[in-house]
Amino acid sequence: MRIDIPFIVDHLPLLWQGMKVTLLLTLLGIVLGIALGALLAIARLSGIRPLTVAAAAYVDLFRLLPLLLIIFWVYFLLPLWLGRPIGGFYSALVSFVLYEAAYFSEIIRSGILGIRRGQINAGLASGLSYAGTMRHIVLPQALRNMLPVLLVQCINLFKSTSLVYVVGVNDFLMAADVIGTKDNRLIEMYGFVALVYFTACFLASLAVNRLQRRYAL
Amino acid sequence: MQHYAWNWGILVTQPYVFWILSGLLWTMLVALAGWVLALALGSILGVARTVPNRVVRALAAAYVEYFRNVPLLVQIFLWYFVLPELLPEGAGRWLKRDLPNAEFWTAVLSLGTYTACRVGETLRAGIESISRGQTSAGLSSGLTMAQVYGYILLPVAYRVTVPALTSEFINIFKNSALALTIGVLELTSRTRQIAEFTYNAIELFTCATVIYALISLVVTYAMRIAESRARLPGMIASQPTDA
Repeated sequence: MRIDIPFIVDHLPLLWQGMKVTLLLTLLGIVLGIALGALLAIARLSGIRPLTVAAAAYVDLFRLLPLLLIIFWVYFLLPLWLGRPIGGFYSALVSFVLYEAAYFSEIIRSGILGIRRGQINAGLASGLSYAGTMRHIVLPQALRNMLPVLLVQCINLFKSTSLVYVVGVNDFLMAADVIGTKDNRLIEMYGFVALVYFTACFLASLAVNRLQRRYAL
Repeated sequence: MQHYAWNWGILVTQPYVFWILSGLLWTMLVALAGWVLALALGSILGVARTVPNRVVRALAAAYVEYFRNVPLLVQIFLWYFVLPELLPEGAGRWLKRDLPNAEFWTAVLSLGTYTACRVGETLRAGIESISRGQTSAGLSSGLTMAQVYGYILLPVAYRVTVPALTSEFINIFKNSALALTIGVLELTSRTRQIAEFTYNAIELFTCATVIYALISLVVTYAMRIAESRARLPGMIASQPTDA
């Protein structure tokens, strides 16, 4: 058996098309997932009972389920609800946002809970308003605490986007799959995909570790 | 949405009820067999990551980095499509053609080896949390290094990591859904299949959701009891306040 490197090089442009979809899904998933996650965390910490219960129920439910099942739920249900097909890309994106928001919200919540209550008291005592205390004292410290975990979750999301395979989105893995199947070169293609994912995630994890050591409180 | 033909009876209609049950059975089999492999391999990794020998530590670290940084779906495809091609011809052919339930075994291998890296890291943290004095005490009382691991470090590491191991155990049930990509007819795959036949997607996915939720709840509850039994006296977690 011989590994055909030129075959991989020849197909780099097609693979890059797939990688762009993967990166777009990751980026949108991160931004929208953190936005929804922050809303959930605020609801959970609000002290308003119905909001707290609803947010907790959401987080618990989504953390119980396999991501694949959520993708299928959205893929079947959303077109039914909207009355028109939305395609694999948007189904997958909505699933990632709903699913990751549950995890992001827990990270944000524990980041905020990790700040000592005395900090709030000190802020209020020095004449800041509650919102001012949150903005200038609690949130900057909380962000610094949660940043490494948040970034690790972003790396996980990047890896999870490969699941769009099941709804036929032409992401990096699917592009490699299509090329490899057509020319009977699955070994080269899957091997290359694994190598790219490994390198990207490994370097990103190293960077997160360094960041954590430098910025830890 | 107004045109949706509700039919909850579909869940108890033959043959679908048997398809769902057999899907549940495959999910359980894949997850449990994968867990046995993950716990065995993970224990070896946890030890290998902490021994004094640098070569062993580096090999275990390489294992963990590979399995942690490649998406599980890609790992499954590597095991299923690439491994038989890399092996000598006879072994490759046996894997592809003659091995009964090849998809099942591939799924078990993929989930087991992947979860092992997470179990290994959990146990490593558990072992590192034990003060060095315990190892020294063991060695100075005449135990070999292997005995120190077997009688002192590992038993304590398992007990202090019960909560983390529980969440890995629940994760392997969730991750087992990925086995559908290589054709294992597990729970998610079966419910999707019936949904495609009958257009009763909501009923079927609700059923799958409830089953996965029940699995998690039962495991969490059972492990909470196990945790209180396994709790080490003298640790923060064993204060009577949360009994």
